[in-house]
Amino acid sequence: MSKARVAIIGAGIVGASIARVLSRYENLEVHLIEMEVDVGWGVSKANTAILHAGYDDDPNLYPNRAKYCVRGNYLWRKWTKQLQIRASWNGSLVLSFSEEDEEELYNLLERGERNGVKGLRIIEKDEIQKLEKNASPSATLALWAPTAGQISPFEAVTALVENAVENGVILHLETKVLDIVEDGTRVTKLVTNNGEIEVDWVINATGLYADYIAELVGGSEFKITPRRGEYFLFDSTAEPKVSRILFPAPKPKSKGVVVTTTVDGNLMIGPNATDLPEEEKENKETTQEGLEEVWINASKLVKSLPSKSKVIKTFAGLRPEPTGGDFIIKPHDSLLGFINVAGMRSPGLTSAPAVAYEIPKMLLHLGARLVLKKNWNPTRKRIIRFSEVSNRRKNKLIAMNPLYGNIVCQCEMVTEAEVVEAIRRGARTIEGVKLRTRAGMGRCQGAFCRAKIAMILSRELKIKPWQVRVKGAGSEIGVGDLFSLLHE
Amino acid sequence: MYTYDLIVIGGGASGIAAAIKAKELGVKKVALVDEKSYLGGVLPQCIHSGFGLVYFKEDLTGPEFTEKLVQKAKKLSFDVYSDTFVFKIIYRDYFEKLVYAVSKHGIKKLKTKTIVYSAGCRERSIYEIGVVGSRPSGIFTAGEAQTLMDIYGIMPGKNIVIVGSGDVGLIMARRFALQGANVKAVIEIMPYPGGLTRNIVQCLNDFNIPLLLSHSVLRVIGKDRIEEVEVCKVDESKKCIEDSIFRIKCDTLIISAGLVPRVELLEDLGISIDPLTKSAVVNDRLETSLPGIFVAGNALVVNDLVDYAVEQGEVAAQGASEFVFNNGISAAQWKKIKLNGNIRFFVPQLISGERDVIMYGRVISPEEKVKLEINEIKKEISFFRVRPSEMIRLRLNKDELSSVKTKSLTFSISKRSE
Repeated sequence: MSKARVAIIGAGIVGASIARVLSRYENLEVHLIEMEVDVGWGVSKANTAILHAGYDDDPNLYPNRAKYCVRGNYLWRKWTKQLQIRASWNGSLVLSFSEEDEEELYNLLERGERNGVKGLRIIEKDEIQKLEKNASPSATLALWAPTAGQISPFEAVTALVENAVENGVILHLETKVLDIVEDGTRVTKLVTNNGEIEVDWVINATGLYADYIAELVGGSEFKITPRRGEYFLFDSTAEPKVSRILFPAPKPKSKGVVVTTTVDGNLMIGPNATDLPEEEKENKETTQEGLEEVWINASKLVKSLPSKSKVIKTFAGLRPEPTGGDFIIKPHDSLLGFINVAGMRSPGLTSAPAVAYEIPKMLLHLGARLVLKKNWNPTRKRIIRFSEVSNRRKNKLIAMNPLYGNIVCQCEMVTEAEVVEAIRRGARTIEGVKLRTRAGMGRCQGAFCRAKIAMILSRELKIKPWQVRVKGAGSEIGVGDLFSLLHE
Repeated sequence: MYTYDLIVIGGGASGIAAAIKAKELGVKKVALVDEKSYLGGVLPQCIHSGFGLVYFKEDLTGPEFTEKLVQKAKKLSFDVYSDTFVFKIIYRDYFEKLVYAVSKHGIKKLKTKTIVYSAGCRERSIYEIGVVGSRPSGIFTAGEAQTLMDIYGIMPGKNIVIVGSGDVGLIMARRFALQGANVKAVIEIMPYPGGLTRNIVQCLNDFNIPLLLSHSVLRVIGKDRIEEVEVCKVDESKKCIEDSIFRIKCDTLIISAGLVPRVELLEDLGISIDPLTKSAVVNDRLETSLPGIFVAGNALVVNDLVDYAVEQGEVAAQGASEFVFNNGISAAQWKKIKLNGNIRFFVPQLISGERDVIMYGRVISPEEKVKLEINEIKKEISFFRVRPSEMIRLRLNKDELSSVKTKSLTFSISKRSE
């Protein structure tokens, strides 16, 4: 049986979800193409990490967002179990502080019902306090959405990619698509910095760059504008935390600054929403004003925030805001074989699995044949977290592999065995190790462990210690050995 | 399960000194637990001199100081657990504490009567000093850069900007210069340097490294590797002065903006914390609010000199030995130290008045011609100059304390009347 070749450009949450879904078919050869050195480093890496319930999106204005969010929320329950992705389904509260806000809550409730969100309720002060003891006492009412949850988006991307690769998907890292070749009717070839890839189908899941990639085949009718959001992340010991996801009543541009506790147990506040010029697709700078705005708005939702001295990191992420505001999930108008999955702004993370299941349907509709694999593996095992297991299990792990007895990251208690396993699973950089293991994510922000991790990467990748990269190309931890500048 | 009289957690200078002192005082079963494969804490990476002038009466480098201390320790018999990381302490009761540690041999559960906690301090990160902008590579804390260079032999960068003129920052400025890097500036937000005068002279002036006082790093620019920093002049309230913003090109930014004692394991136990030192409230045996748990070295208070850390290790060991031999520290009407005027902190925070005590403190701001007064004992000490960078070390002896009937002692630093 000859295989149809599918290239998914972009290994973020959307591309990775599609890769997993397409890996189920016997007669597809799936290539997942990523320009960065690791998967999930674009939009997926820095966002609010929320699995939305699905009441926000007006089905008349944004039909795709409204439809896929609710389905995605449902699908994540299964996917997180199959792939051992940690999620907490702790529910969200939208708080109102004025009559105007209250009216908005009733709008959300009505919209949620239309979108098919289950369990939504408007609740009053005493119940708000019962559900979230750190909620601001000034909150008059709240929309309680028990189906909302939290996930680690980066963990989700790596899990999806690992599972997809296990099922035969071919991953191309540090591969930038420079051109897309067509024969007049359909796409035939991708030209990349790493050579050419012959293709029958191309799926554009390139997040912020989706307009650039669409432009390569012409007739792109949309632009992607980066909308920047800034965040504070607190130390895991910082109190008080919140046990639910707290939102203000939404504004037209965004859902507002959220107060939430990540799956790793860190309180997080953010984001604001700053629209950047369309070309600033890498501008993830934090700003004094932006962070101030986040702090002020977050403070309104809770009784109190931990002291600022408990902040361990500030960061910013970009959301890909498309022309028109709705997800763009459709084949190219005239060119056969090119499908856009673009503008996956919020609730893009929540929607990703539901959107991914659209792709095989679309391929069938466009004339592809799809045959399911007999031996598709739906599961993936997560990296064992030494710090989370019992002392008895810790002893067993060390007896099996003494590297579990070497603590590399003291703040998060990450062992050498975990670091080595992260490298085995594809981490090539200190950032890649950090995102897979949490080494360097604690209060010292890597000051104690980065050098040790660099030495492990150097050993495992067989490169010189100073050649170890912190992040992408050009981010080497050193410029040479200690005496290199004296020899120049 | 092993049973000890004393477990010292942390094998830096104060920890080793504590183990040595405890053995010298006759404590039988002593263990020293450290996460590294070598003893000495950060000393082995401090290849500059200036260590040991008080303790060994010699000017030594960090590795030499360590070696001398370790040689002294080797003559005594106590258990050393290297490559062993303590991850939990349990306070069972007055006489029994459990220490959980992990090493390649598995999880160890050690039982002990007393603990000297000497796990050192950590450096504040770039996020804790409010710098905004991007988050590229090339940003290191001073200690991390030192580890990269002098433990692992990696040269972090060529064009260096250093934030903070504390001693660690100054030492690293010279260290980078010696290895051929171009140290473009040391930036200090305060109007005066944060480090010792000898270090300003020997580390900056001798290498023509500019020190920008009353300046602040605002923003980091660069995608994968840092390319520039945005700097501005600040006024007395540390606010950025308009139109004073400029940029410095660099590939490396070193953060040397203060140290924080690492007492998370003790915080988990619910010990009392002094917000001024961000470490435990201790009595004059350096015992915390939990009986039999003592703190010493930079985990207690960030010291200027290793000699002070050693001294605290010894005091804590004296406390631990008293605890072991007398089944606890004798009850006392502990006198609280109250602070007044230009004082950031003093430790210990509680004194018995029954024994000599060494007090360690810092001022809030530099001042000339000042006096330190302790009214309750009619003590007055004059200082020609005090600076936040220079710790005040003060010995109060038993005799002058014994007459005190009040429940507190008030330390105040103020201008001398001419």
